[in-house]
Amino acid sequence: MTGVLPVALEEATKVVQALLLSGKEYVCVMRLHSEASEARVRAVLEEFQDVIYQRPPLRASVKHRLRTRRIYYLDFLEMEGRNVLFKVGCEGGTYIRKLCYDFGEALGCGAHMQELRRTRAGPFTENDGLVSLYDVSYYYDLWKEKGDDGVIRKFVFPMESALVLLPRVFVRDSAVDAVCHGADLAAPGVLSLEAGVRRGDVVAVFTQKGEAVAWAKALVGTEEALGMEHGLVAKTLRVLMPRGTYPKMWRRE
Amino acid sequence: MPRTTAPWEKEHKLLVKAEEDTDPRYGHKPAERPIQEYVRFGVLNLDKPAGPSSHEVTAWAKRILQVGHAGHGGTLEG
Repeated sequence: MTGVLPVALEEATKVVQALLLSGKEYVCVMRLHSEASEARVRAVLEEFQDVIYQRPPLRASVKHRLRTRRIYYLDFLEMEGRNVLFKVGCEGGTYIRKLCYDFGEALGCGAHMQELRRTRAGPFTENDGLVSLYDVSYYYDLWKEKGDDGVIRKFVFPMESALVLLPRVFVRDSAVDAVCHGADLAAPGVLSLEAGVRRGDVVAVFTQKGEAVAWAKALVGTEEALGMEHGLVAKTLRVLMPRGTYPKMWRRE
Repeated sequence: MPRTTAPWEKEHKLLVKAEEDTDPRYGHKPAERPIQEYVRFGVLNLDKPAGPSSHEVTAWAKRILQVGHAGHGGTLEG
């Protein structure tokens, strides 16, 4: 398999958890085990929209149990002989290999995944400064040689870029350090947040400068949070910003 | 074909509760972090080649960039 593989460096490694759970998109070549008409193939692909149930393959190192994975879209691209090319957008953790096997079962003749390329992992796509290892090596040497920081800034992205798909909450400077110490986010600290957040949703907490502070679980929805003068709006799950980046400014309610 | 809205197809609308300036003495806009810090809080969008595992590719990237620690966002194996 080839394709989009976000790699988080040093302190940014904490964001991989958000990426592992994020949605993905793949382009896949599936090989049918016998001839089938395009009309039949398209019709069966239709059946795999939305939620599918699957068990991970026996070889995968995860617990062998039934779980659901959402298919956002499944687009037939083309077909040549027994090879079917399709694009699929799906929830993180979906096994495309299993999807192809299940498709083969549904079609009747059997099928397997021939080739897979990931075209999206969370917010990262093939069009977002995708670099090969050769590129990384080249740019790194260029930076060492020329000393021009701009070279690095072209292909390394701030860790915040990994969080853009999460609903965001922006907070006052005075609320930042408390959250960095693991405190839950209180209503007075909130300056703005995205519409449509519901209780239980994972949100990303940001400073006014756009720096990621932590991700948290919303304790209330957007409407309620906007109307609150006191109380907690989110439970801090994972701190991303080092303590002391912003000064301790514990506010009394 | 019926489609469910993917997370990247969702609209993000920001609702403002209050406004306040941020102190320029603390923190940095992510893009403006001093270079060492920028890399330490950075993410690469790597095009994984066929053959090596995601783990191996991550290890190579770590070595090239001379960082002590790195993690990838989802295995692309097989």
